[in-house]
Amino acid sequence: MAQIPFAPDVFTWPAEKPQLIGSRCRSCAAVTFPAQDSCPRCGKLEMEQRLLPREGTLWTWTTQEFLPKEPYASGETPETFKPFAVGLVQLGDDVRVEGRLTISKADEIRFGMGLELVIYPFRTDEDGTQVMSYAFAPSEGGN
Amino acid sequence: MEDVAIIGVGIHPFGRFGNKSAIQMGAEAVRSALADAGLEWKQVQFAFGGSCEVDNPDAVVGLLGLTGIPFMDVYNGCATAATALELTADAIRYGKYDIGLAVGMDKHAFGAFTADPVHYSAPPWYGDIGHFLTTKFFGMKINRYMHDHGISHRTLARVAAKNYRNGVLNPNAFRRKALTEDEILTSQMLNFPLTKYMFCSPDEGAAAIILCRADIARQYTSNPIYLRASTLRTRTYGAHEVHSSWAAVEHAEAPTVFASKAAYETAGIGPEDVDVIQVQDTDSGAEIMHMAENGFCADGDQEKLLAEGATEIGGRLPVNTDGGLIANGEPVGASGLRQIHELVLQLRGQAGDRQVPGNPRVGYAQLYGAPGTAGVSIVTT
Repeated sequence: MAQIPFAPDVFTWPAEKPQLIGSRCRSCAAVTFPAQDSCPRCGKLEMEQRLLPREGTLWTWTTQEFLPKEPYASGETPETFKPFAVGLVQLGDDVRVEGRLTISKADEIRFGMGLELVIYPFRTDEDGTQVMSYAFAPSEGGN
Repeated sequence: MEDVAIIGVGIHPFGRFGNKSAIQMGAEAVRSALADAGLEWKQVQFAFGGSCEVDNPDAVVGLLGLTGIPFMDVYNGCATAATALELTADAIRYGKYDIGLAVGMDKHAFGAFTADPVHYSAPPWYGDIGHFLTTKFFGMKINRYMHDHGISHRTLARVAAKNYRNGVLNPNAFRRKALTEDEILTSQMLNFPLTKYMFCSPDEGAAAIILCRADIARQYTSNPIYLRASTLRTRTYGAHEVHSSWAAVEHAEAPTVFASKAAYETAGIGPEDVDVIQVQDTDSGAEIMHMAENGFCADGDQEKLLAEGATEIGGRLPVNTDGGLIANGEPVGASGLRQIHELVLQLRGQAGDRQVPGNPRVGYAQLYGAPGTAGVSIVTT
């Protein structure tokens, strides 16, 4: 079955240990996700690509319990929609990245829990192609 | 630099009005502000109009009279009305005009706002995977704040219950039914820890404010209200803001903190001097955080302040006396001028059943909106 990323240049794929692709300022070391050409801290055009750490800890989170309007493109309907959780995950000392969690129940989620990047099938198109996205799954570590 | 006074306020009720256009609502708000100031439209020398949905708020002149005045349109997220007010006031402060109008109007579709994330400098795929939701950001921000500062779910419900209660006293409010804390807590969870009744809704409405040079204000009114400060700020590096796929590890204060400090400094007024407060309560968590971001309490003190009723109309820190966004809903372009309308009524002693006791003399209004913009206004008798 064909698997394609939902957008190019967001994560390394296929890869045994996939990583998000960010950028880092050569001048002031600010890190962004995704990669961008200009630095949000110093404004210089000296950004270089940086693969972000795969492991992190949960800084904050919420749940998404209603079907988002367009441009949400999961293929879900109000009948098939499955609520999910979203976190802001601190990856090393680099940056905090917003991403879906693989767990969605509020009582399973705790601040500071260890998380690692996973790539998962977000949507299956009519021709059977799986469109892959990134999420964070519980891991060892955390605090 | 000239001082600036408010001599007229007008509002079109907030809610749902069928086929009535935003422009029609805007014209009604302007006519009501003109009547309040005892002015005719032809005496207004210039205007700023704010809207999210209406391309040309200046089209309101088609209903008010084609007098040829400069009429400039602005949009600045949920801080749109603060922007219209600031620009109108500045044109008078700089001596360019004597009498001007700030008007805001909107008519939004049902449900949460949506747009193309790219217009917010978010990545193009940000909405595709389900992240482009303001409500999700507010859930994440208050969840962390509650964790750090010991705020309970009951306190979230207290804020919403208070604002619905105040809305009952406001004939212009959208939601005029009191809800109990338990009804609010047990309503559908939308974005943990925020339930359905803890959020405001996009809706329809308009508001208008007429400003003039302070030294001529008494020609028009016996009770001018003075606009002592109007400030706008955007986010700085390190702030955790709406519609962003990432945040820096280093921490910076929210843009409201900077707008607030600048407003206090300009006005020569501190938070301890403020008698009546309007803050952006997109959700009840936002009202809690904005109390601290605007200097009215320390982080975490909200738990005790809400429990003892300090933010009620009769309390020490009356917040959102007209029901705020939670009871009024949010027509984006009008929302901040609705705040000023309420403060002016309060400072004139004309707020009826929701009048803050003790002759309030200083009013404070704050807006926060995407993608990280805050506006603060301070008014006094």
